[in-house]
Amino acid sequence: MTDLATLELDLINAIGAATTVAEVEAVRVAALGKTGAISGLLKGMGAMSPEERREQGPVINGLRDRVTAAIGGKKAELEAAELDARLAAEHVDLTLPARPRRKGGVHPTMQVMDEMIAVFAGMGFAVAEGPDIEDDFHNFTALNFPPKHPAREMHDTFFLKPDPETGERKVLRTHTSPVQVRTMMSQQPPIRIIAPGRTFRKDSDATHTPMFHQIEGLVIGRDIHMGHLKTTLKEFVARFFELDDVDARFRPHHFPFTEPSAEMDIRCDRPKPENGGKLVLNQGDDWLEILGCGMVHPNVLRSCGIDPDQWQGFAFGMGVDRLAMLKYGVPDLRPMFEADVRWLAHYGFSAFSAPNPASGLS
Amino acid sequence: MKFTLSWLKDHLETTATAAEVADAMTMAGLEVEHVADPTVALAPFTVARIVSAERHPNADRLQVCQVETVDGMKEIVCGAPNARAGLTTIYAPIGAWVPGLGVTLVEKPVRGVVSNGMLCSASELQLSDESDGIQELPPEIPVGTPVAQLFGAEPVIDFEVTPNRPDWLGVAGIARDLAAAGVGTLKHFDIAVVRGAFPSPITVRIEAPEMCPVFAGRVIRGVKNGPSPAWLQTRLQAIGLRSINRLVDVTNLIAYDRARPLHVYDVAKLVGTEIVVRGGQVSAGADRIAAGTAEQIIALDGRTYAAEPAMCVIADAGGERPIGLGGVMGGVSTGCDEDTVDVFLESAWFDPIVTAQTGRTLTITSDAQYRFARGVDPASVVPGLELATRLILDLCGGEPSEVVLAGQAPADPTPFAFDPAYVKRLSGLQLEDDRIGTILGQLGFHIAAAPAGAAAPWTVTPPSWRRDVEGKADLVEEVARIHGYDHLPDTPLPDQGAPSRGVLNPRQARVRIARRALAAMGYAEAVTWSFTRRDIATMFGGGDERLVVDNPIASDLDCMRPSALPNLIQAAARNAARGHGDVALFEIGPIYLGDGPNDQRTVIAGLISARSTRHWAGTGDDALFTLKADLMTLLEQIGAPVAAMQLAQGQNLDWWHPGRAARLQLGPKTVVAEFGAVHPRVLKALDADGHMLAFEIVLDAVPEPKAKTGATKARGSADLPNLMPLTRDFAFVVEDGRAAGDLVRAVAGVDKALIAEVRVFDVYRGAGVPEGSKSIALEVVVQPREATLTDADIEALSAKVVAAADKLGARLRG
Repeated sequence: MTDLATLELDLINAIGAATTVAEVEAVRVAALGKTGAISGLLKGMGAMSPEERREQGPVINGLRDRVTAAIGGKKAELEAAELDARLAAEHVDLTLPARPRRKGGVHPTMQVMDEMIAVFAGMGFAVAEGPDIEDDFHNFTALNFPPKHPAREMHDTFFLKPDPETGERKVLRTHTSPVQVRTMMSQQPPIRIIAPGRTFRKDSDATHTPMFHQIEGLVIGRDIHMGHLKTTLKEFVARFFELDDVDARFRPHHFPFTEPSAEMDIRCDRPKPENGGKLVLNQGDDWLEILGCGMVHPNVLRSCGIDPDQWQGFAFGMGVDRLAMLKYGVPDLRPMFEADVRWLAHYGFSAFSAPNPASGLS
Repeated sequence: MKFTLSWLKDHLETTATAAEVADAMTMAGLEVEHVADPTVALAPFTVARIVSAERHPNADRLQVCQVETVDGMKEIVCGAPNARAGLTTIYAPIGAWVPGLGVTLVEKPVRGVVSNGMLCSASELQLSDESDGIQELPPEIPVGTPVAQLFGAEPVIDFEVTPNRPDWLGVAGIARDLAAAGVGTLKHFDIAVVRGAFPSPITVRIEAPEMCPVFAGRVIRGVKNGPSPAWLQTRLQAIGLRSINRLVDVTNLIAYDRARPLHVYDVAKLVGTEIVVRGGQVSAGADRIAAGTAEQIIALDGRTYAAEPAMCVIADAGGERPIGLGGVMGGVSTGCDEDTVDVFLESAWFDPIVTAQTGRTLTITSDAQYRFARGVDPASVVPGLELATRLILDLCGGEPSEVVLAGQAPADPTPFAFDPAYVKRLSGLQLEDDRIGTILGQLGFHIAAAPAGAAAPWTVTPPSWRRDVEGKADLVEEVARIHGYDHLPDTPLPDQGAPSRGVLNPRQARVRIARRALAAMGYAEAVTWSFTRRDIATMFGGGDERLVVDNPIASDLDCMRPSALPNLIQAAARNAARGHGDVALFEIGPIYLGDGPNDQRTVIAGLISARSTRHWAGTGDDALFTLKADLMTLLEQIGAPVAAMQLAQGQNLDWWHPGRAARLQLGPKTVVAEFGAVHPRVLKALDADGHMLAFEIVLDAVPEPKAKTGATKARGSADLPNLMPLTRDFAFVVEDGRAAGDLVRAVAGVDKALIAEVRVFDVYRGAGVPEGSKSIALEVVVQPREATLTDADIEALSAKVVAAADKLGARLRG
């Protein structure tokens, strides 16, 4: 056996015996490092005669290549094993719970308000607003409630304390209709707006809360009549309840600020055991009151500086909370304003369920 | 109000059923609440005759009766002591539901004898409150007669009347509308004038014509009062009225029949011979009566009322003694009873507003008050008196005086011009002029051709009972509702499409983004009252006298809120009390700084009840800084100028923790938001335990991004440098009170072009840092723009950073 063969055997054995990347590296330094055995042989080739070099060169280079390959192979093998071992040690118990995130949500009244705004936006209605604290003129007088008229009493108005200087008693608006007045006094017809907002009446029982939400609508044009009112509201109700059509009736009613006035009902089957305790629309023998509406009273137009012989139109108002309850089967009104997180989690809506025409309202 | 079908048929020739009448009423604008049909419940019950009654073989108190019934002879076991051969009574077959017992009859043996039905008492049929044994009926009634027919049971229609239609408070008025709506033919009555036999010994003087412009009356002497005949009792009882005596029942009957209230006085109890109508009087001060005391009246309801000057009083004794509240209720002192012989009958017209206010002030209601407050037909004063006279003469006999009439009825409604084409213009209904004229005519309107050259072809005069009709729109409603809203055309609005720029203004759009952003960040949206308790409002900077609710729904909701936080804090506390201590709530809603139309603000308020929940991986991030991150993200989302905002600490309002709260502002006067921990004193006052963190953004204080000029929505080119950013770390020692934010801002301002960001990666106090100081470690991110920075460039920048820090007393840590 030549010296070279012995050297190769020793190196290969040493590589094979190595159990860590560091031991392989030690063999590499011993063989191929600056002062390594093979490096010495390669250096020695410089002193050889050309003949010797022609004979020895391939032998030494071959040795170097085989040892290099062996080292590379062993190193890769050991690195893989070491990675496996390290990863095995990094095991975590993924059945452990993640840190809980709070689940937020949108209040059903606000969701429904967004839905209604989306439907009316599609029909060309802008969104108007007005203050919650109103004066008598905007809440009553301009809306054709004569002073001291019994109709005012039916509103169960909240009054603020009289102003110490003027003695004026402000009211909490009993409906969103004052926004009609504010809109008509500040902009010229044609007008097409809705006005959502908080409203207040001194009433508290299973179906009434002292604060609730309404959406008011107002359309003023040259020749807007009750046929427009009927079609617009039927269209709204159908889209809001996501029905193809709606079996509605308009029933004469009285509001001081509209003439003629009406209430709109939808045919329904009230919740009972036979229909699973759910309200079913467009079926049955019952009628569900949905909203109040009518043609804007000439006196209201006049109060707002609009000539009723030139302009006419319709107005409507509806309870947002109540329609939210009807649509989403919320049984009681009062918890709407109690901020019970369990209730909010159950009846709330995802942040990402903003109503839009592509995915539908809800 | 209620009426029965038979009562309606006194005024309307119709074959309609109660259900059809109710439907027609609904579609004419009368809101039917309920149709109660007692005949349905009574349908199974018929008249039967006991042929024989034997003692039950196994029970002393029971009898076995052979009964002749509509179903033939039946053997029925009966426990009533009055069951006897020959008795005519009520039979219920097997299968009948007995409402008074709440059972359905089944065929079963009673002590061994099968009973094939039941013999009933009136109370078992709910026809009376109590019964003594089974019903005893007159023997001449044939077997098989329906019991419903026997007791005059018939459907009762219960409905609501809108305040504009006082004429609907009488059955005759309803009949008129139903006839116009095609449900039947109106029966017209001519009310005959009853000739007076002698001048009325009682006269009337009106001192307050503004309260009572007209008052008619007459004496009927020699009447015989007493219980009303059965038909009148039945009629009143069917609609829930109590029968009192003939005289009083007549007035009640006419109130409900004609919406015409009347009153009867016992002449023997009147002092003097004159009725005076005047305002309430206030004592000038006399024996044991303080000056300013209002006079007292004991009304027929037994309560004592103080008649103030704004109320209408009926007085006798030369106007000295108050004997009634005009249009509201008579007094006990002159009421009619069984012994009344001479009666003075009143038919007057009282002002609606005065009557309404009297009712409200005294919390007194009566059928008369309800009607006068809404407006009684002024033309019914004398006819009402004549009608009542006729009925009283019929029921009680007697001799009438001539009518005394004081004052003058309010003027009839004024005629106005009307163009029938307006019906189509306002309602969209296409009707012939004839049809319009017919409807209005049937409702009592008078139509005349307008004089030549008038603006409209018709002149219309509303009937005296329709004071609500003032103009042409009212007439359109009359025509449309009678013709039927069902016939309204379907007319889509002219299509405008959705506005191309959306319909929300910038503030509304921000509210919508904020809502969705906060919900996505884990906050649950709450909607809470606009009110709070006044002392709480005061605690939160509000509570102004002008914002106090004069008539609150509850004493703890008596003031408009100056902040949304107290309601959220109380809500969190309620949740904690239910065992849900870890909550994140938000509300976007109004606050009220004053009572003017521009004093309302919209706030976005968030609240975290920081009840730390235990977790296997430790406590997690500092909740206060999580809240700060949420707030900053939210502000960014709504497009607030976050970079320009200053964070100021130590200046927050009283309800914040002095050391753990801050405000975000754009200059000292524009506070955009406050956030941090809520002051423990405030939490305690609101009965809230633990720690709560909150923020409140005043949305109106957040400037809106400047509208871009031109229509373009283009965003300009993105800043995407090609060169790698590099970082340099600095550790500065500063005095402990120095805010890290000051140092960051100073360093960031050194070279705004090059320094992209300054991050705080360590704050350290302890060994190696002098007492009273802290070390703040900053990582400065440098973004080369044009060329790679040389070592010299970086050195120069570092020197500037150190110099800037030095100005704040921060020294590079050795």
